[in-house]
Amino acid sequence: MKRLPQVLMAASGLLLLTLFVWPMWSITLLAPQYPQGVKMFIHINKIDGDTPSSLQNINILNHYVGMEFIRPESIPELTYFPYVVVGMAVLAFVFAFVGNKKLFLLWALLMTALAVAGIYDFYLWEYHYGHNLNPHAPIQIPGASYQPPLLGTKVILNFTAISLPALGGYLAGAAIFFSYLAWWLKKKVER
Amino acid sequence: MKNLFFKGFLLLPLFAVGLFLTGCGNSQGDHSGKTTGGALASNVAEQVYVAPGEYDEFYAFLSGGFSGQVTVHGLPSGRLFKTIPVFSVDAEKAYGFNEETKPMLMTSHGFIPWDDAHHPELSQTNGETDGRWLFINANNTPRIARIDLSEFETVEIIEIPNSGGNHSSPFTTMNTEYVVAGTRFGVPYPQQDVAINEYADKFKATLSFIKVDPETGKMSIAFQVLLPAFDFDLAHSGKGASHGWMFFSSYNTEEKHTLLEVEASQNDKDYIAAINWKKAEEYVKQGKFHEVSARYAHNYYDTETQQASSEMLDKVKVLIPEECPGLVYFLPTPKSPHGVDVDPTGQYIVGNGKLSANLTVHSFSKMLKAIDNKAFETTIDGIPVLKFEEVVAGTVKDAGLGPLHTEFDGKGYAYTSFFISSEVVKWKLGTWEVVDRAPTYYSIGHLMIPGGDSHKPQGKYLVAMNKITKDRYLPTGPELCHSAQLYDISGDKMKLLLDFPTMGEPHYAQGISADRILPRQKKFYKLEENKHPYRTLGEKEARVERKGKEVHVYMTTIRSHFAPDNIEGIKVGDKVYFHVTNLEQDWDVPHGFAVLGARNSELLVMPGQTETLVWEPKAEGVYPFYCTDFCSALHQEMQGYVRVSAANANTPLKWSLGSNEEE
Repeated sequence: MKRLPQVLMAASGLLLLTLFVWPMWSITLLAPQYPQGVKMFIHINKIDGDTPSSLQNINILNHYVGMEFIRPESIPELTYFPYVVVGMAVLAFVFAFVGNKKLFLLWALLMTALAVAGIYDFYLWEYHYGHNLNPHAPIQIPGASYQPPLLGTKVILNFTAISLPALGGYLAGAAIFFSYLAWWLKKKVER
Repeated sequence: MKNLFFKGFLLLPLFAVGLFLTGCGNSQGDHSGKTTGGALASNVAEQVYVAPGEYDEFYAFLSGGFSGQVTVHGLPSGRLFKTIPVFSVDAEKAYGFNEETKPMLMTSHGFIPWDDAHHPELSQTNGETDGRWLFINANNTPRIARIDLSEFETVEIIEIPNSGGNHSSPFTTMNTEYVVAGTRFGVPYPQQDVAINEYADKFKATLSFIKVDPETGKMSIAFQVLLPAFDFDLAHSGKGASHGWMFFSSYNTEEKHTLLEVEASQNDKDYIAAINWKKAEEYVKQGKFHEVSARYAHNYYDTETQQASSEMLDKVKVLIPEECPGLVYFLPTPKSPHGVDVDPTGQYIVGNGKLSANLTVHSFSKMLKAIDNKAFETTIDGIPVLKFEEVVAGTVKDAGLGPLHTEFDGKGYAYTSFFISSEVVKWKLGTWEVVDRAPTYYSIGHLMIPGGDSHKPQGKYLVAMNKITKDRYLPTGPELCHSAQLYDISGDKMKLLLDFPTMGEPHYAQGISADRILPRQKKFYKLEENKHPYRTLGEKEARVERKGKEVHVYMTTIRSHFAPDNIEGIKVGDKVYFHVTNLEQDWDVPHGFAVLGARNSELLVMPGQTETLVWEPKAEGVYPFYCTDFCSALHQEMQGYVRVSAANANTPLKWSLGSNEEE
C-alpha cells in the first residue's frame, strides 16, 4: 500500500506505451452508400484505417472537393511524437523509482501540456486539410470548408463525420489521470 | 402396342384434366393459381416479401438452358442478382471477348461461343451443400464447368471426350469426390466415319467420373465406363448407405437412331445403371483400364495471374464392364425414366418413368441382396440386369402423368414434377401414398428444394421450373419467358407463393441457405496480389510500349480518370492491347472501358483486376474511349482519346494524363 503511488506512476508509463499498440483517435465517415462507414485511425506513428485501403478511399472522396491527399509520410509529427512518448514513459519509470511526489506532479503537468499541444496540433492539421483546397477542384462550393470536427459529429456535404478518441487515446488519458493520482496519494501518505 | 400407345397419348389431355380436378379438390387456391386478394393473398405476400435492404434467406442458382449461363436469384423473393457467364460469350462482362477469358471457351473443336447449360450442382461435404463451388454441364459440346462461389465466376471448364450430348451431368458424390458426365447421344467409339444404321454395333455411351481436387476444386477425368449406346439421361449419387454408388437413368435402350419419339419408346422398361465407383477406383488401381487416345480441352482460370489457359489433353482411362465384374448393374425401370433421384437416406432410388403414370422406386438394400443372390434377368455386354421384382421397393400409383424429377424435403416426403399433368405431387417415402398435389403454370420440367438432392435437404421451399407460361405474364411477342414458381412446403400442404420469370430455359436449379455462401464472399481483389503479366500497379507505371505492330497500353483507372487518357502515335494496321488495371480497393467500384470501333466488347474491370481488350483501328482519326460503369459523380468525365495516324506516318508515340498534375 505504501508503494501504491510509485506503482501508479510506473503504470502511467506503461499505459502511455500502449499508444504504440492502439490508435489515439478515430474519424468515422458515414454516408448512405457507405453503410459500414469508412474509418480513419490516427496512431502515434502512422495513419491508417479499418481496412488496408481506407486511406486510399478517403483520399479518393476528398479529391472531388480539392482536399490535399493525406500522406502520412508528409506529417513530421508522426516521426518525432514516438520519441516524445518513449521519453515520457522512461521518465515515468525513473520518477516512479525515485518516488518523489514533486516529480510525479512535474510529469503529470508535463504530460497534460503535451496532450493539449497534441490536440491543438491535431486541430491545426484538420484545419489545414479542411481549408487548403485545390482551386481547380471539380466540386467547389463557395465558402465551404471540409474540416472534420475536433471532437464529436459534424455533417460535411453527404457525409457525417464523427471524431472521437480511440482506445490508445483513452489509455493515454488514463496515464495522465494515474500520474495525478500518484502525486495526490503520495502527498496523503507523507502527511 | 404401338397404336395403343398413340391412342393413349391422345387421351392424355382428358385424363390430365380428370386428375387435375380430383387433385385440386383438396389443395389450396383456385384453379388459376392467381391470388386475387383477401387475407390469404396478403399472408402469401408477406411470405415472399423481403423488405428493402434485407437479404433473402436462400440463394438459388438456375441454369440458363440454351442461354448457356447461370442466373443467381434470391429466395423467397425470386429477385435476380447476377447472370454468371459460363458456356456463352457475354459482351457485358467481356467473357470470351477479353484476352484473359478467351481460352475458357476453347474445345477440341476450336473456340465455341455458345452451349446449352443444363444442370447446376453445388459441391457437397458430408452430403451437405458447402457453398464452395457450383458445377454445370454443357449438353451440346460435352463439357463441365466449375464456378467459384467466392467470386461467382467461371474458373474452370473441362471437355468430355467419347461423348455426345452431355446430359446426365454433373451430379456430385457426397464429398464432391467426383462429378459425373454421361452420354445422351451415343457416338461411334472411337469417333469415326461409319453408317448411322450401324448404331447398335459401332456406337457407344460413356459414363465419365471427373475427379475434383478437395482443396483447389481442379477437375480431371479419372475414368470412363464404356456402355451400350443407350441415351443416358440423368444421374444422382448414392448417399449414406449407398455412398460409393452412382445411378444413371437411360432411355432408348432399343438403341435406335431415327424417329426416337416412337422407336425409343417401345420397351416396357429401360434401365437405371448403377455404377460402383469405389470398385471402379480399385480396378483403375489394378491397372484394368484401357488408355485410349482422345482429344479434349481443359481450361483453367488462374485467379492470381487472372489468365485462363487452355490445355489439350490426349488420353483417357476407359473401363470395360465385361472385364470388371461388379462394376455396373442395370435396374429395369418403366418407362424411359428421366430423373433418377436418391432419397436423403440413400435407401430409395426413384425412377421417374416419364411415359408412365406410376413412379417406380427401387430399394438399395434389395439391390445389394439381388446382386448377392445373382437374381439376374439377363446380361447385356457383360452387365447383369437385375430382376425387377427383386429390386423394386414400391410404386407410387396413378400419381400423375409424365413424372420427370423428384426431390426430397428431409422429412420423409418426396416431391415429383409431372410434366404432362402440370403439377407437383407430394408423396410419402415407404408408404408410397400421394398426400398432396399442386398445379403448376404450366408444364413443369424440373423442380428444386434447397439441398433437395443431398443427404441433408433444407426443405422449406420448392421451386418449380415451368416450360410454358402462355398467359401468366405480360406478353412479349411470340417468345415468352420461362418461369419459376415458389411453393412453401413447410406445412402439410404445398402453398403457391410466387411466380417469377427466368432466363433461357432453366433445366434444373440448386438452392442453398445464404449463410453457407456469405462468409466466403470476396469484396474486391487485392492489388498487391495481382500477378497479371500486364498489370499496372500505379499511375506512375502507366505507359505505352510498341513492339513492331503490337502496341501495349498499360492503363489504370481510378475515380475518375484513366491514366494515360491521351495517346498518340498509334498507326492503322496496329494491334493495340489495352491492359486496363482498376486501382480501386473498395467494394463495388468497377470501372468499364469501351473504345469506338472495338469489334469485340467492353471491359468491366473489378477493383484490383487487370483485363485486356484488343483493338485494331482500321482508319486514321481520333477515337474516344470512356468508362462504361457509372463510378462516381465525375464518371461522365472519365474519358480519353487515342489518335490513329496513317500506317506510314511518323507521329511519335506519346501518352499523358492532365496538363497540371495534382502531384
